[in-house]
Amino acid sequence: MNQVTLARWQFGITTVYHFLFVPITIAMSMLVAVLQTMWVRTGKDAYLRLTKFFGKLFLINFALGVVTGIVQEFQFGMNWSEYSRFVGDVFGAPLALEALLAFFLESTFIGLWIFGWDKLPKKLHLLTIYAAAFGTMLSAVFILAANSWMQNPVGTVYNNGRAELDGVSGFLEVLTNPVLLVTFPHVIASAYMVAGGLIAGVSGWHLAKIRRDGEAKKGDTEAYRFATKFGAWVLLAASVVTIISGDQQSKIMTQVQPMKMAAAEGLFETTTNAPFSILTIGNREGTEEIFSITVPGLLSMLSGHDEVKGINNLREEYRESGFHRFDGSQTTLQQQYAATLAANHGDLDPMPNVPVSYWTFRLMMGLGFVGIALALGTLWMVRKDRLPKANLLWTIAMFAMPLMPLFAISFGWIFTEMGRQPWVVAGVMPTATGVSTSVPAGTVLLSMITYTVIYGALAVLEVWLFLRYAKKGLPDVAPVEVQSDPDAPLTFAY
Amino acid sequence: MLTLLESTVTVPTLTIVWFLLVAVLWLAYFFLEGFDYGVAMLIPIFGKTEKEKRVIVNTIGPVWDGNEVWLLTAGGAMFAAFPGWYASLFSGLYIPLLLVLVGLILRGVAFEYRSKHPDNRYRTTLDWFATIGSFLPSLVFGVGFANFVIGLANDGLHWNGSFWGLFGPFALLGGVMLVVLFLVHGSAFIALKTKGHMHDRAEGFSAKLAWAAAVLVAIFVICKNVFWPATSEFGDLRLFAWLAGIISILAIVGAALALRKGRDGWGFIGTGVSIVALFSGIFIKMYGNIGFAQDESVAVTDRLNMITAASSPTTLTIMTWAAVIFVPLVIAYQSWSYWVFSKRISTQNIPDEVEPAA
Repeated sequence: MNQVTLARWQFGITTVYHFLFVPITIAMSMLVAVLQTMWVRTGKDAYLRLTKFFGKLFLINFALGVVTGIVQEFQFGMNWSEYSRFVGDVFGAPLALEALLAFFLESTFIGLWIFGWDKLPKKLHLLTIYAAAFGTMLSAVFILAANSWMQNPVGTVYNNGRAELDGVSGFLEVLTNPVLLVTFPHVIASAYMVAGGLIAGVSGWHLAKIRRDGEAKKGDTEAYRFATKFGAWVLLAASVVTIISGDQQSKIMTQVQPMKMAAAEGLFETTTNAPFSILTIGNREGTEEIFSITVPGLLSMLSGHDEVKGINNLREEYRESGFHRFDGSQTTLQQQYAATLAANHGDLDPMPNVPVSYWTFRLMMGLGFVGIALALGTLWMVRKDRLPKANLLWTIAMFAMPLMPLFAISFGWIFTEMGRQPWVVAGVMPTATGVSTSVPAGTVLLSMITYTVIYGALAVLEVWLFLRYAKKGLPDVAPVEVQSDPDAPLTFAY
Repeated sequence: MLTLLESTVTVPTLTIVWFLLVAVLWLAYFFLEGFDYGVAMLIPIFGKTEKEKRVIVNTIGPVWDGNEVWLLTAGGAMFAAFPGWYASLFSGLYIPLLLVLVGLILRGVAFEYRSKHPDNRYRTTLDWFATIGSFLPSLVFGVGFANFVIGLANDGLHWNGSFWGLFGPFALLGGVMLVVLFLVHGSAFIALKTKGHMHDRAEGFSAKLAWAAAVLVAIFVICKNVFWPATSEFGDLRLFAWLAGIISILAIVGAALALRKGRDGWGFIGTGVSIVALFSGIFIKMYGNIGFAQDESVAVTDRLNMITAASSPTTLTIMTWAAVIFVPLVIAYQSWSYWVFSKRISTQNIPDEVEPAA
């Protein structure tokens, strides 16, 4: 494997892995804050127990999100230094702002929340978890601004041999990139699907266990039932936002990256009233179709255009006149860089990997819908005072409720990034030119093996701890009060 | 100050501002994470019993994560303000940075996960993660910054030195010095944050080790200023570099004296000032050349330095506004967090077994 392939694999592995923890961090922090608010308002023990229980699960997850996130920030410079050099003026700012505005907020206030139970008055302590949750959302704004810019490089000029911000208004364009405006709600809402599914799944599993054992600690049944319904409703509400924003996203994507939409469907010829295939069996290159199930007109509806451009036509267009968006326009950067691009990479094939784009797009949507179905089924099974039966099917459903949306998110990101290929910055910079020219392939391989081994071991550790604490169930709680005796044991210590 | 430099090269003011800001972020990181690293390296030395180990970990429990963000912000600021610096440095020193990352991953997990399972072997393993994970970045940054003093070999754009060439005598001295300095800083912090037996042990240890640190810092500062004086076409900063170095030596000597007299607060301030002054001296040496060797036969705009590595004035202006508003805000709430957790702790404060939930 060459250095480009290795660097891409490394980015894929470390980023998909990191993003397994991100959705839970974003949404669980807020849902735990909501549970704690209910406790502060009502004073009911059940809400405090749920807060501490899901708070613990959130923290086990959060730790890995933090440590794998550090790798992400360094990786641009280590493996993709020519990319960093070319785009740093535009792309670096959101990353720096993410650290300055979001990471400090998150990490400082998480610390205050974990250790502050007996140090801060109730309401102030509640504010700390909201501050942390707000930090996670801010972090999403900036990193998605950076990513959206790679999909649609607005607000930027080609100057001094690199991409530079087009004045302060250029920076505002980066922050109001149409891609960002639809991606942000999509990413946040899908995170809530995962966290809702997690709360419902863990609680639903306990409900079945209570029915099997025929016994429960006082208040457990009611608390788990509440949490199961709460989580399932969160998942369902979030899924509505996810679907609506996803639909908007596909329209924007068709406009700024028509090739990605064509690859998502494996549509080779420009088609009017284009159908959407639920599944297709074709040859390996995806150029010939053997069998498929299709919905007429759906692709046209998703793309927002009656006529959807096909891969072959887009390729032809690219060969004749370079990269253009659906309506024939270009961003300033794409326009100004076109001549340099044509001179250096005239023979670039603008087609991404079609089977990967096609299947990840379907897996994303399909697994998301499975999550929705599971939430509906769960609500039905626990309606009124019913307890679900403890059997293998129920256990699988409870595990799948968070995992299906979570994997859907992974596939969504793989689609977004693989569908952008061969570009690292759409229509401007080919991915292969972004790698660090001074780093030998062997070194990239070494670091990839290192990360993979460590990440693999950490995954085992985190899943083991997570299941252990999930099984343990709701903790007993002591009254919460501010401690003034300097010799008294701390309410919480590592 | 700018006119004092008498430099033959004109550097845009915003570029100078951002060089200073990047330096400040690194200084904050070394001051804050310096004691975190020291504390974690001291777990096997001070922690005889499980409760003692937990006292040590809990002195930094609520704050270590926030401290680490200073490193991420320093990295992010380099990316945004000096893409050329970020790109050449991070791709050049690939393996050392990999070691830092491995360390940071191991120690981050260790703190959060050690409390989650009351088993001796499990906890001992995670404590070693914390110790090794803190030792690695301390050593690597010590070696690294010593190399920045020397000036990294480059072809005008990329690092082109050899990996083993990074471990010359001066660089190794830098590595050892930083590990020892962080041990003293961490030990002083433990003394400041604990009471009883642990406090006495940490105070005694830091008072003694501070002398070793003082010797190492003195040799480092003298070698640095004699062999690699801070003067170049960007200006003659030798006076400032010497001053910073001397403050660094005096501060660590002061810390040793204060700690011997049982003045933990002054001791900790002393170790902190020593670290800040030491790295200020290093950044003064890096002014202009950003740690890369400069071939002065080539025009200044055709090699890697703070002029060519910098972002556009637009980006620097936007980032300046963000820094002016948010850096003080961050300092304010982080200080508040330290104030909330300002009480000293001892084994008495450690609950018998880990609470079942957060």
